[in-house]
Amino acid sequence: MSSQDIPEENLPAEHGAGHDEHGAVTVADEKNPFADPGLPPHEHRVQDIDERAARRSERVVAMLFTVSMLATVGFIASYVAIPHDKAIYVFPIGHINALNFALGLTLGLALFAIGAGAVHWARTLMSDVEIADERHPVEASPEVKAKVMDDFRQGAKESALGRRKLIRNTMFGAMALFPLSGVMLLRDLGPLPGTKLRHTLWSKGKLLVNMNTNEPLRASDVSVGSLTFAKPEGLEEKDEDFQTQIAKSALMIVRLQPDNIKDKRELEWSHEGIVAFSKICTHVGCPISLYEQQTHHVLCPCHQSTFDLSDGARVIFGPAGHALPQLRIGVNDEGYLEALGDFEEPVGPAFWERG
Amino acid sequence: MSTNDTTATRRGKAPAGERVADWADGRLGIYSLAKTNMRKIFPDHWSFMLGEVCLYSFIIIILTGVYLTLFFHPSMNEVEYHGSYIPLQGQMMSEAFNSTMHISFDVRGGLLIRQIHHWAALIFLAGMFVHMMRVFFTGAFRKPREVNWLFGFLLLVLGMFTGFTGYSLPDDLLSGTGVRFMEGAILSVPIVGTYLSMFLFGGEFPGGDFVARFYSIHILLLPGIMLGLLVGHLILVFYHKHTQFAGPGRTNNNVVGMPLLPVYMAKAGGFFFLVFGVIAAIAAIASINPIWTMGPYRPDMVSTGAQPDWYMGFSEGLIRVMPGWEINLWGHTLVLGVFIPLVIFPLVLVAIAVYPFVEAWVTGDRREHHILDRPRNAPTRTAFGAAWVSWYFVLMIGGGNDLWATHFHLSINSITWFVRVGFFVVPVLVFLATKRMCLGLQRRDRDKVLHGRESGIIKRLPHGEFIEVHEPLSQDALHTLTAHEQYKPLEIGPTTDDNGVERKLKGSQKLRAKLSEAYFGDESQISKPTVEEYKEITSGHGHH
Amino acid sequence: MAALVVLLLALACTGGLYAAFAPASKAQADETAQSLAIDEGKKLFSVGCASCHGTGGQGTSDGPSLVGVGSAAVDFQVGTGRMPAQQPGAQIPRKKVIYTQAEIDQLAAYISSLGAGPSVPTKEQYGPEGADIANGGELFRTNCAQCHNFTGKGGALTHGKFAPSLEGVDPKHIYEAMQTGPQNMPAFPDTTLSDQNKKDIIAYLHAVNGDDTESPGGLELGGLGPVSEGLFAWIFGLGALIAVAVWVAARTAKAKKS
Repeated sequence: MSSQDIPEENLPAEHGAGHDEHGAVTVADEKNPFADPGLPPHEHRVQDIDERAARRSERVVAMLFTVSMLATVGFIASYVAIPHDKAIYVFPIGHINALNFALGLTLGLALFAIGAGAVHWARTLMSDVEIADERHPVEASPEVKAKVMDDFRQGAKESALGRRKLIRNTMFGAMALFPLSGVMLLRDLGPLPGTKLRHTLWSKGKLLVNMNTNEPLRASDVSVGSLTFAKPEGLEEKDEDFQTQIAKSALMIVRLQPDNIKDKRELEWSHEGIVAFSKICTHVGCPISLYEQQTHHVLCPCHQSTFDLSDGARVIFGPAGHALPQLRIGVNDEGYLEALGDFEEPVGPAFWERG
Repeated sequence: MSTNDTTATRRGKAPAGERVADWADGRLGIYSLAKTNMRKIFPDHWSFMLGEVCLYSFIIIILTGVYLTLFFHPSMNEVEYHGSYIPLQGQMMSEAFNSTMHISFDVRGGLLIRQIHHWAALIFLAGMFVHMMRVFFTGAFRKPREVNWLFGFLLLVLGMFTGFTGYSLPDDLLSGTGVRFMEGAILSVPIVGTYLSMFLFGGEFPGGDFVARFYSIHILLLPGIMLGLLVGHLILVFYHKHTQFAGPGRTNNNVVGMPLLPVYMAKAGGFFFLVFGVIAAIAAIASINPIWTMGPYRPDMVSTGAQPDWYMGFSEGLIRVMPGWEINLWGHTLVLGVFIPLVIFPLVLVAIAVYPFVEAWVTGDRREHHILDRPRNAPTRTAFGAAWVSWYFVLMIGGGNDLWATHFHLSINSITWFVRVGFFVVPVLVFLATKRMCLGLQRRDRDKVLHGRESGIIKRLPHGEFIEVHEPLSQDALHTLTAHEQYKPLEIGPTTDDNGVERKLKGSQKLRAKLSEAYFGDESQISKPTVEEYKEITSGHGHH
Repeated sequence: MAALVVLLLALACTGGLYAAFAPASKAQADETAQSLAIDEGKKLFSVGCASCHGTGGQGTSDGPSLVGVGSAAVDFQVGTGRMPAQQPGAQIPRKKVIYTQAEIDQLAAYISSLGAGPSVPTKEQYGPEGADIANGGELFRTNCAQCHNFTGKGGALTHGKFAPSLEGVDPKHIYEAMQTGPQNMPAFPDTTLSDQNKKDIIAYLHAVNGDDTESPGGLELGGLGPVSEGLFAWIFGLGALIAVAVWVAARTAKAKKS
């Protein structure tokens, strides 16, 4: 790989000759100095002229292949010997799984050594004489083209497709219609949307259940500056449709000083400053909940839509198009927070029928 | 028959290998196939191996992917976790997540294969991107290779979606957030959005179907199409023969390099093992997509720093920086804030895909091109490509705005505004700067040809002036530096004919002339030195 | 060394015995100690804090009122070096702590004397005993991950504010932060996030972001997800492969004449 100095007499004759021809003469063609001088003569590698160097290369290649074999043996040994849950500390990677590390490195080495051996073999021992291959234009010759066109015309004529229009038209009709069966079969991929996206589990009198404790929330539990998440009473994690229901009905509950609430409707729908907003971003539906309690802003971690919870959760930054829906809440006789109905608008991302 | 007889008589009984080959030839015609292909010539250049990086990582992805299917359960049934990872004990999760946990912690070598699969996917897409840029900047997409350019482009797009569906399969909190985003984007489609969403998810999001559906798309539908395109791509590479850079002995009518057998058999075959080896080593030392830290998906949970894999980063940027426009009319909602990015997303990709056809139309060149351009010699193309890349990367910055904010102590809002402005401004600036640079490099090449190479030797002339001695270039170098072709801008001729009547010019003709002027006018290329100029300068020597 | 250990043990035993056998006098002693601490705390407060928070902790335009914030808030703010604040900015960052724990306790005693509020948690409250790590993980993903990332690596908020990384943060301070809601962080009071919930969260955080947390797959790459993975794949993955490609395609060196 690194070039070595070779005594002059060891170099084959044609090398020197070629050198004279092209190296010394800067401008061969007096008429056009930019003309293509043709392929430069082949120059030999050390391995081409020095058998010892060639044998060195051979040994390197053989060594690489041997390393590969040893690495595979190492792979098998690691697989058998290392428990799958053993952790080791490797500087500077950290505490990692020993088996993964051992298997990966031995496999990597086994493969890499095969590749390195083959490439070293190709680069040092196989002929490196450059060969020129002629190209031929892709386009067919006019004769070939004429023959093909003739054949085509002949075939078209024999089919009588142009003449018998009835056959042609009905065939096109049949071909155009039959894929419709395939389209029909896709109908049952899912139900029609209907009003599904407009309703959630919330309804009048449903208690707000704290996500953390799975207990209904009391108004007195929620202090100013705190953040709590809630689900509708009766929805449990083991329910079959839990994922689909929580995707719509998750709530974010904060308490503001009532005189900090700028939006009139927000204040009306709150209970003593406790407001419940949908946790689902109106942009594309991430659970928005990065609540800054001093600014009353809530940020979506996915696309940075920012809503002002003290002003009807209107959008103040980012790609969301409308405010977070608010759930109207009150308190029942026992002091628990309850919904006073479903959301009045669809939660989550906007869609065509949302209106 | 007759060949068999002659070999048999010449050598007695033919060796076993030859007899097997004869058998195959009698049925498959392999000798005719081998005649043109066995000693096929491939030119040596590192950038010609980028496509091989993609090919090999694709093979690695298929091999490891098949292994993963042996253990993965594409089901969204909720189960309780009882594997060996303690911080998730007893948690409810889908079977998809549970089986991915099983692969990662309880199947020996399972984690390694998962990591190889995912790293190879990231590298596959990065490789395709770089390979496409190599083809673009060297003009290798010109006739006769336009179809292969499109095949490659489709492979990139399909690769992105195969990657995205694969990333979604474990049903972890990060990928679930990505799927949720996809659902929101689909909902924004006017008129049919809700229907598409219901049909894709089998009802309301997330439902219980999407993992199984994504699974068949990820392991069968998309890779199947990709495999077909890939085979076509390779057949065309063989059929067209590889392009090459200009140089002594390298013409538009030949290809100079090493034969497939044995050199490229060993180099390309060896390179497969090298690629596999490097990716396996990466999978041994670097963690990827550690789903156990993310937990199972729940639509009411999220983490900050939620990003897609890198190849979807530019679409993430589009969606993040878009202002929240929404139009409500006649009881319907047009969700422009989501729908516009959804439309721009394919357009970003299409912009680069259609470029070869635009350029072919502007040049009107119908010849075959097998000699690659140096990027500087096609300044407008190079500037366009660089502008596109900068556009792409500005959007990627937008896609990671939260991480840039925390790591460089910036405001997330400022970064978003930077991207909003940069989306329009940066490509223009990059276009202008790149074009300037290309012209500067062309000028330097011209000086080098005419005045020789700077030797670094300073000479003092008798009258005291210092000059640097310039060495004349070898003919090899002279040829290489002047081998490129230069187009003349398209002439549309006078706007009036001989009788002074105004000629009717189609709008497209005028546009074409304008573009041609922009491509090849005096402002856009430095005319390469002519033989006359060269002779004049070299004969009047003493010049420096 | 052994002698020292014995001595410490002996001292601890004596202290324990004393506490066990002399409850009445202890309470009395505590009371005096408490008022002493309040006095000391008041002194420290008027020197280091009063300029922003007002001489009686009633707050000024430069700093909020501290009446009713409780000792937990003081212990968190001063114990993590956030207070005293140095310069105005989007948010007051964690810094080198400049008060000793004893001084912090005195400050806390003074502030809690101004009005009742959450008090500094005990080791039993935030220690690992009896914690359910997996439940903590679920609670963390519900309440914390949206700002602090899956495993508490931190994240961005609006206008240059950020949720800090929780790596290496004292469990006590994490507990206090949940309870008091420092700066823009919302509070998670015991009424909505119980004592046991907080314990679970702290245990989970220790399990996934502690000093000896295992990253089975290898380098954690910051725990930041696909962005750092993508950068790694480009720089080291594709970078290494291009380096290999350069070697594969390069012409072997030619023999030179000497």
